[in-house]
Amino acid sequence: MTRADAMGVLLAFIARLITGAQGHWKGCPPKAEQRIYFANHQSHLDWVLIWAALPRELRATTRPIAARDYWTAGRFKHWITREVFNAVYVSRARTADQDPLEPLIDALNNGDSLVIFPEGTRSNKGAPQAFKSGLYHLAQQFPQVQLIPAWIDNVQRVMPKGEVVPVPILCTVTFGAPVSLTEGEDKRQFLARARNAVVALQPGATPEVAAA
Amino acid sequence: MILWLQSLGADQQVQLLFVTLFGLLLLVSAGAALHALRERNSLQEDTHQRFKRELRATWMGAVVFWAAWISGPGGATLLFGVISFLALREYITLLKTRRGDHRSLLLAFFAVLPLQYLLLANRNFDLFSVFIPVYVFLAIPVVSALAGDPERFLERNAKIQWGIMVCVYGLSHAPALVLLDFPQHTGRGAFLLFFLVMVVTVAKIAQTVASRRLRRRPVARHIDRSFSYRAWALGTVAATLLGAALFWITPFKAGQALAMAAIAAAAGTLGEFVMSALKKDAGVRFWGNTSSVTGAVGLLDRVAPLCFAAPVFFHSVRWYFQLKP
Repeated sequence: MTRADAMGVLLAFIARLITGAQGHWKGCPPKAEQRIYFANHQSHLDWVLIWAALPRELRATTRPIAARDYWTAGRFKHWITREVFNAVYVSRARTADQDPLEPLIDALNNGDSLVIFPEGTRSNKGAPQAFKSGLYHLAQQFPQVQLIPAWIDNVQRVMPKGEVVPVPILCTVTFGAPVSLTEGEDKRQFLARARNAVVALQPGATPEVAAA
Repeated sequence: MILWLQSLGADQQVQLLFVTLFGLLLLVSAGAALHALRERNSLQEDTHQRFKRELRATWMGAVVFWAAWISGPGGATLLFGVISFLALREYITLLKTRRGDHRSLLLAFFAVLPLQYLLLANRNFDLFSVFIPVYVFLAIPVVSALAGDPERFLERNAKIQWGIMVCVYGLSHAPALVLLDFPQHTGRGAFLLFFLVMVVTVAKIAQTVASRRLRRRPVARHIDRSFSYRAWALGTVAATLLGAALFWITPFKAGQALAMAAIAAAAGTLGEFVMSALKKDAGVRFWGNTSSVTGAVGLLDRVAPLCFAAPVFFHSVRWYFQLKP
């Protein structure tokens, strides 16, 4: 076992200890197919939680997206995203001649699965913000890849914005049924439908007040 | 028979206890496996599933208990510390907290809980009994006030204080029994814990069975539909008699065992009743229903009677026998 593998096992253990990281596979079984998971984004821990909720054999081929300028800045940050999580780096600064989705497309052509947060930024209002269009473009270009919606519950209570130490509180990741682009559907419709699919997975009995 | 048992050393007695316990469980499991071969309708299937879950939980409990014994006082303390952590995690998940509680929760999980169990491992029983009700009682609201959120301040602090009292203070008294030293009874603390667990469990089971059979009017239907005074009394009496019958494994005489068992059984069943009120307040219908509510795992439900019974039992024993740590 390499240092990166050991680190991965340790991180998954900590995530399970603190949050339980239970995965509820409601709409689809955990299978080794090429997939794009898209989820609500409320905390820095979201990625680790989805990753820990996946069965171990799927973790190696499921990759997060990381902002290049931030996650390659320090040696440790670079090592952990490159070696442990095998992240796909994207640059936030947009240049005219380059498609920002290019690294994602490369990864998908490579056969990897991705986890994306289509809101683009963390929201703490409870309901997710409108989705960015990247998901639509990927759905267009890769119709054979399954798009799995996921709802991450409770994570904003574990580590609210501005805090660094997580509080042990149980979280769940609920995976729904695959969503696919239908014939002739335009971008707005598809993104709204994808967002609704994520929101519909929210555990019904959990009152909204918790999010405050 | 009893004379022969008393002639054995403490270690041999404990071993015999576990052989009996696991033997019984094996018999029940084998019976259940045979029973599973029969065809069932959906209602029976439901009951069978529930029975299987309960049986698995009992196995887990027995294994935890055995692990606590073979790993000695230090291991028992650590083990119950972990269970405390998991129970508190579940409690906090279900009772919603606000952003301003973050620091108080960190204090509860990462300072209060380990300190309480450290005090226990060191056998500082005096400080162990007052650390949470006296010192933490002040520390939590101070940290909470420093967070600067006055909204529902009392309610939020009460939730955290309660969680600490039940999941940390209450549960830490179970391994404390193992460390309690009776004169002429050293090395047999495990029996005291076993006595408590048996009495509380039997009280719970007898109460459930009695309420099924009797179908009395519930005392508080909005809290627990199956709780009636008669079922509760029957459960407590059954557990008390069992406790009296088990007196020879404890340092008590028969009469003392009867009284102690009555105290433990009453505290455990009433504690469970209080816990169901808490569940209703938190809006949880069933524990263990992982699909609808984040956090309802069911551990808290299993340890709740012990959380309430252990401190009452521990302090009754300690006070009555004037034990010096």
